[in-house]
Order: sequence, then structure tokens, then C-alpha cells
Amino acid sequence: MTVQLSVASALLGLVLGLLGATMKLSRFWLLRLLAGIYTAVIRGVPELIVILFLYYGGVILLNNLARSLGYTSYIDVSGFTAGVAALSLTFGAYATEIFRGAIAAVPDNQIEAARAIGMTQVTIFRRILLPQVWRFALPGLGNIFLVIIKETALVSVIGLDELMRKTDIAVGYTKEPFTFYLFAAFIYMAITTVTMLVQRELERRANRGVAGRVAA
Amino acid sequence: MNTSVMIAALPELLGAVLLTLKLVALALLVGVVLALPTALARLSHILALRWAATAYVFFFRGTPLLVQIFLIYYGLSQFDAVRTSIAWVVLKEPFWCALIALALNTGAYTAEVFRGGILSVPHNQIEAARAIGMSPVTAFRRVIWPQAIRQALPAYGNEIILMVKASSLASTVTLMDITGVARTLASDTYMPIEIYTTAALIYLCLTYAMAQVIHLFERRMDVTRVRT
Repeated sequence: MTVQLSVASALLGLVLGLLGATMKLSRFWLLRLLAGIYTAVIRGVPELIVILFLYYGGVILLNNLARSLGYTSYIDVSGFTAGVAALSLTFGAYATEIFRGAIAAVPDNQIEAARAIGMTQVTIFRRILLPQVWRFALPGLGNIFLVIIKETALVSVIGLDELMRKTDIAVGYTKEPFTFYLFAAFIYMAITTVTMLVQRELERRANRGVAGRVAA
Repeated sequence: MNTSVMIAALPELLGAVLLTLKLVALALLVGVVLALPTALARLSHILALRWAATAYVFFFRGTPLLVQIFLIYYGLSQFDAVRTSIAWVVLKEPFWCALIALALNTGAYTAEVFRGGILSVPHNQIEAARAIGMSPVTAFRRVIWPQAIRQALPAYGNEIILMVKASSLASTVTLMDITGVARTLASDTYMPIEIYTTAALIYLCLTYAMAQVIHLFERRMDVTRVRT
């Protein structure tokens, strides 16, 4: 459950991040403003508040919206949905900044050269920008993924049956809080360690053929 | 959106800002005190020191803060030895437990920030300092540290902001910080949207103000200030 939650949030967050970064680099000030507000709010407010807001407030908002659209039955927001929503919003906000930096890191003259030899916008994005952005963004994305794994623990507050909540139940049953919380800590450490190893491997692959860049 | 509820909730939420700030300030203070020796230990030649510091940093950066808080608040009471010792006076209070967890957590992250700063100082400067007869302590104090701190400041600024946000977890061990008060108010009034929005706005103001202060510091510390 913890892994599902992290991966689902990361995937959605990646989409949000790419979208946010394109908005921030857009020519239209309204899009830039919207993306700016999004990242500023999410990065300035504790994740716990976001989770609580989406879980308790999200139900009300969604039902009001449904009612105004003429939909009468009650919609329930599950802990998993609220958790994924909150965590992917968080991931998206940080990913926006990382992608923005990575896109800016690709030299302008490469894009000019690509256009000069007749590539279309889409081809440029796919063949020139994306492979390099991926390389520049990987270390940052790996870091926020690690952050998100640890933040899944917060979703236990709204009662989702993930690792932390299961631990709470075990503690209530056995009355041995130290043993079980420590055990949970080691499981989280195992997950983050594996993630770090995968990240290192991905970085090595993304950097192959690039001189003078040894994966740290 | 019911604005009168938001305004009514404001005084109580603002009253909780003090506890949040107290937690953050104390945790950061203890964190820095822990971080410097840890950073130095991680760069030390002595294997045992390096090992201990690495284990500490790895544990606190690899596990969720929530687990760390629960481990200290609920976990330690499992042992009779802890409950009968003098330390229990401190450890039975949720405030101290949350503070210890936050301080240990930020200490680990700050140690990495400091280590990065120290490593960024070119090695030939240290050799030069030693060559003109500075002792290792003087070289560290006069050459390495002033440059390391300047390098580390932006990353440390992030850590401060993260601490403000992390302090919201103290509400899970019954502390009445901003989040704690917001959760109580939300369940009392049954108006979660208004209450959590107000709380979020207060946090935004806090983090924004801190980001400005950090920015000011960065500019003051920047010796090569280039005006743009």
C-alpha cells in the first residue's frame, strides 16, 4: 500500500510537474501566475494540512460541485484518493521547479540549431529537450520521490491502511510501541535504500556517453 | 466559503503560532548544535566516528518524521527503565518528545548541508593555511567555516522552511500547535474547508516571512555581490 501510494502519487505528480513547468515558461502571464500560485501555496503549507483539507474538505467540495451539476447521490472520497491527491500535488509542485530548472539548463542554441535544420516543435521537444531534461532532472526527482515515500506515513492520520497505520494497529494490540515503530522505521529505510540504488542506476544510464560526468 | 467562520477561528489559530514558532526555533537551535559535530565526524579520519555519524544521518533521513515522533513519544514508554528514571519527567511530555524528534531530524539534515559546505572549500586553501602555520582549529575557524557557511546558507534556508512545515506533525502527539488547533476547530465546527484554509494561510505567511529573512541574510553574506 505504501509503495502503491508513492508510485501513484509520483506518476501523477510527474504529469503535474511537466504541466506546471510548461506553464511557468509560457508566454501567457495568466498561466505563469496560476503555476506560480500553485507552487508557492503547496511549498509553503505543511503536507499534513493539505491532506486533512483534501480528505475532510474535499468530500464537501466535491458533493457541492456534483449537486450543482444535478447529480444527487452522495460521493465518497476514499482515504487513498485523498492521499494520492495530496501527495501528487506536493510532488507536482516540487517537480515543477525541477523541470523548469532542467529545461532552462538546455542551451538555447541547440534549440535554434534544431529549428534551423527543420525540426518541428514537437520533434524538438521529443528529440532534443526531453532526453536532456531527463538527465538534468533525475537527481532532483529522486530526492522528491524519497520525500514522498516518507510522507505517505502522514496518510495514516486519515485512516488509510498503509504501513504506518498497520503499525499503529499492531502497537495497540501488543502494547509494544518501541519494537513495532522501530520495525516500521527499518521497513521505510529498506524502501528508501532500494529507491536510492535504483536512482543511482537510472542516473548512470541517463549520463552514459556524457564526458566528465561520473555518477556521484 | 463562510468567511465569518474563518475570521472567528483566526484568534485561536494565531494563538497557536507561538507554540509552532517555539518548537521550530528550539529544534533548529539544538539541530545546529548536533549538526556541526556530526558533519565533522562524517569527514573525520577516524572510522568509528565516521560510522556513527553516517548511521545517525542515514536513520533520520531514511525514515518518516512521524515514525520518529511516535518512536520517542509512544515507543520509549515501553521500557520500565525509562519510565522509572529521571528522564521520564521530560519524556512523558508530548512537547519535549516532539522537540527531541524534530531536533534529531533537522540535526541529521543540517549535518549534510554543513558537510556539503565544508567540502566546497577548495583543498589548496586548506593546504595554504596549514603552510603558513595555522593550526587545524584556526584554519577551520578562519578559512573553512566562513566559506562553508556561505555555501550552505541557501540549502539551510530550505531546511528552516521544511522545519516550519514539519512542526505540524507535533499535532499527532496531542500538541496544540497551528495544525493541532485547526484539527480541533474543524471537528468542532464541522467546517473543515474554512478552518484548514485559514490555517494554510497562516503557514503561508510564516514560510513567506522566513524566506524573505533568509534571502536578506544571503545577500548580506554575499561578498561578491553583483547587482543585477
